[in-house]
Amino acid sequence: MDMLQTYAVLWPVLVPMAASGLCMMLWHRPGAQRAVHLAALVLMLLASLGLLRQVISQGILALSFGGWAPPFGISFVADGMSAALVVVTGVLAMAIGVFNLASTRQRHVHNGVYPLLLGMLAAVNGAFLTGDIFNLYVWFEIMLITAMGLLVIDKTRAQLDGALKYAVLNLLSTLVFLLAIAILYGVAGTLNMADLARVLPEMESSTALVVSSALFLIGFGIKAGYFPMFFWLPASYHTMSIGLLAIFAGLLTKVGVYACFRVFSLLFAGGEGLREIIALMAAGTMLFGVFGAAVQWDVRRILAFHIISQIGYILLGLAVGTAAAFAGGVFYIVHHIIVKANLFLVAGAMYRITGTYDLRRSGGLVRSHPLLACLFAIPALSLAGIPPLSGFWAKFMVIDASFRGGAAWLAGVGLFVGLLTVFSMSKIWIEAFWKPPSFERRHVRRVPLPMLVSIAALGAITVWIGLQPEALVQFSQQAAASLVDPAGYQAATFAESGAPVPVTGAP
Amino acid sequence: MNLIYAAGISAILAVGLYLLLSRHVVRMIYGVMLISACVNLVIFLAGRIGANAPPVMAAGETMLAEGAANPLPQALVLTAIVIGFSLVAFVVALALKTYRRLNTLDQRALGEAEALGSPYVDARPHAGAKEADR
Repeated sequence: MDMLQTYAVLWPVLVPMAASGLCMMLWHRPGAQRAVHLAALVLMLLASLGLLRQVISQGILALSFGGWAPPFGISFVADGMSAALVVVTGVLAMAIGVFNLASTRQRHVHNGVYPLLLGMLAAVNGAFLTGDIFNLYVWFEIMLITAMGLLVIDKTRAQLDGALKYAVLNLLSTLVFLLAIAILYGVAGTLNMADLARVLPEMESSTALVVSSALFLIGFGIKAGYFPMFFWLPASYHTMSIGLLAIFAGLLTKVGVYACFRVFSLLFAGGEGLREIIALMAAGTMLFGVFGAAVQWDVRRILAFHIISQIGYILLGLAVGTAAAFAGGVFYIVHHIIVKANLFLVAGAMYRITGTYDLRRSGGLVRSHPLLACLFAIPALSLAGIPPLSGFWAKFMVIDASFRGGAAWLAGVGLFVGLLTVFSMSKIWIEAFWKPPSFERRHVRRVPLPMLVSIAALGAITVWIGLQPEALVQFSQQAAASLVDPAGYQAATFAESGAPVPVTGAP
Repeated sequence: MNLIYAAGISAILAVGLYLLLSRHVVRMIYGVMLISACVNLVIFLAGRIGANAPPVMAAGETMLAEGAANPLPQALVLTAIVIGFSLVAFVVALALKTYRRLNTLDQRALGEAEALGSPYVDARPHAGAKEADR
């Protein structure tokens, strides 16, 4: 029990990583792989809930590895934002694990979907928890290589083509990120984020620091799908298998956004020159994402473009840069991961019934599958920001913060894009659910139970956040307070209590 | 001295970016490899090049001797080389597989992903699988 608590920061990474290795050893036994994968998802969810409980009761947690004191060794740090994102990752992975019981094909297992998926989850959690900027790069690369494996899991022609585009642009993004780290190291001489937060404010502003922060913005921006660097996303995501697409849509771009929040709150808090550029990028991301969605007829493509437009709202929080805006950003990420993944899962269920992702060919679902229609309405209305659901509070916090933060034009763009989101969602509703079916099937196909269970569970979370927002609002305000003021983060990293090894000579 | 290094690195970066702008996938991969090499050199340079004693501690010592090289950039570059190697290996395999399946590596001819679910393809139920505007 003691060990469970001491290493609380480590378990959410270690569990999926160990399970990934175990799955690789069980390569020729699909049944055993599936059991290991499900057990690992349950354990990961429990570990992340345990971490969240400990962060709420004890404040920011830190752990250093290998007997090296914090600025020299690699440390893991869990503050409010990290812990919340790890928990959402655990919940989402669990729900999609259940969904995939009905949608994973034999060829997916044969091509190693379980080890790749678990490896990617380990990398996502690692990126959320690490307190070392070079280590963050390593997690990004693990995430990239497992994601590319999952992207071509069916080996279809479209997937190979999409994966090439994905690979080249994402490789470029990690190289830009690494270049930013190299320049930052040359200036500051340290890689530990808490130590950087101590060193950087005392340094004079120099060209190298400005270049480094701009490179961080570009590197993470490609990853997160910011305007004008999002082109790889709509070019590759829609080729994927839908259960995997849901987890990509929910998590991967958000890791880039998280890294942006971390770096620009902790390291470049004084980077005022970039704030206007970030504001323009946020507006562009929102607008271009939603306009891109407007012309599409394929559900996967519509939703993929909406990932981009929603990323714009989260970036709005960073662009405004006040504590309230950061709180809105944290709330928005949590809400968005759940809702966006859920919409893709509904699209998977629709495909199971109609056999097509093309809206022009489907129809009549509200009469044949009223339950699925209700379950679609929850995330769709939440994405558009209709009042009793989680999206309303998320949009309200972000837009309210930008009015108060003196960025009224950004708030206006946000409201306008919200309107267009309603347009896209009602397009899916009218075409797939309301209009009479294009042809009658003799046997109505049913949605498999695991699919319905996972969609309903994510929908229930959306409704619950919508009806009881106070707890999450308070939590994200606390998380934002620790983002705005890095003192707590530094104190936790350098504190001896968090480290299991005796720390000597902390600065 | 640093200026010469910087000029060399920027030349490699320029060649890499030029190759990356090519339409042929293999040339793009070469571009990524060159940019990766250039970033590794920048990490080296960031650790200040100058000292030439290897960063090895004698038995019983607890600190590096005076004039030893900075070991951290070396560790970072080593990590980056390993990661870059594995990613490039994967992308080369992907390109090979793509060539075998699609018979081309010219980005102008690779339109499979774009055609999937394209809004410009007429997909009304009775229009047949007519494909326009590809």
